[in-house]
Amino acid sequence: MNLEQQFQAKIDQEIKIEPRDWMPEEYRQMNIRQIAQHAHSEIVGMLPEGNWITRAPSLRRKVALLAKVQDEGGHGLYLYSAAETLGISREELIDQLHEGKAKYSSIFNYPALTWADMGAIGWLVDGAAIMNQVSLTRTSYGPYARAMVRICKEESFHQRQGYEILLTLCRGSEAQKAMAQESLNRWWWPALMMFGPNDTESTHTEKSMNWKLKRKKNDDLRQQFVDATVPQAEFLGITIPDPDLKWNAERGHYDFGPINWDEFWQVVKGNGPCNKKRMNDRIKAHEEGAWVREAAMAYAEKRRMRKEAQATEKVA
Amino acid sequence: MSKDWPLWEVFIRSKNGLSHKHAGSLHAADAEMAIENARDVYTRRNEGVSIWVVESSHITASNPEEAESLFDPAKDKVYRHPTFYDLPDEVTHI
Repeated sequence: MNLEQQFQAKIDQEIKIEPRDWMPEEYRQMNIRQIAQHAHSEIVGMLPEGNWITRAPSLRRKVALLAKVQDEGGHGLYLYSAAETLGISREELIDQLHEGKAKYSSIFNYPALTWADMGAIGWLVDGAAIMNQVSLTRTSYGPYARAMVRICKEESFHQRQGYEILLTLCRGSEAQKAMAQESLNRWWWPALMMFGPNDTESTHTEKSMNWKLKRKKNDDLRQQFVDATVPQAEFLGITIPDPDLKWNAERGHYDFGPINWDEFWQVVKGNGPCNKKRMNDRIKAHEEGAWVREAAMAYAEKRRMRKEAQATEKVA
Repeated sequence: MSKDWPLWEVFIRSKNGLSHKHAGSLHAADAEMAIENARDVYTRRNEGVSIWVVESSHITASNPEEAESLFDPAKDKVYRHPTFYDLPDEVTHI
């Protein structure tokens, strides 16, 4: 068996690949791309919600949202660290994002216009992300799989707090319920797009599945999400904006209408409502934080030298 | 002086009586900051009572390509396991 066959055999036996193990260059690059994209999504995903922290309607909502956004920062870190084990530096990863060479989930290019959006994002966006992430706890690259386990453990509160926000609105005044419905109308289709193009259109699916970078296909995950979410919407008493949505007893799944892939590709290409704003905010935060990073290094150096000087004094 | 903060490996003891276990890694300017950052990212939900940090560049690891020969000596030493020794069923507590 040559190296590549041995590698495939390990993957077929569910033996995880660890950082220093031999791997095909393409496997390394596909992993970096996927993990980085995932990390960037966590970091950019902090932006639409960060906007609402100071506007949360109660202290209870505020601490929950703050904790959620803090988690996302942490999740970005776990994922960047996993990518770094493949030989790319943090700086390169951040540069790729800021230069537009790396992607992040398109969903974050939509604006969060109302408080109900904090509910819809938690319920639908985190819900869709969790579905994908649970399947990735079994991905073949060890550090990525371990990061996913940690993230999944932390993330279930994100979805629950979102649903609770919507539940409160739906049990409130007519105006509050209307706000919840309006939010669902805007977030439903972008949430379905989060699973990516149909498998027939997706260029990476086959190789990704063979190497177990991905464990479930886009369309299967999307179906799983729809099946789980429809009863939750019914419980809230709001209507999913899809006239074709109906239970198919024969398939044992919900049928749903066609997705507007033109919109998806437009947003991916940078023409979504907030692409420019998100990138500008990210770059601004990075540039304005530069002095903090430099000062921390200078301070660490000063402290190290002081310690050394004290040690020399003692010897003398 | 490099502007990038060095990489640190983080080990967490989840409770007394258990050993420290690798939790992940992070960048920090020095050891003190590494501990504080580790507290913030790896123990947000009471996952730990003690943290170790070590700069990643100080870790020496065995080479996976030599794993076969490195671990080979243990493979043919079945006599190191209790089941290797035949004792009659009548003998108990042993």
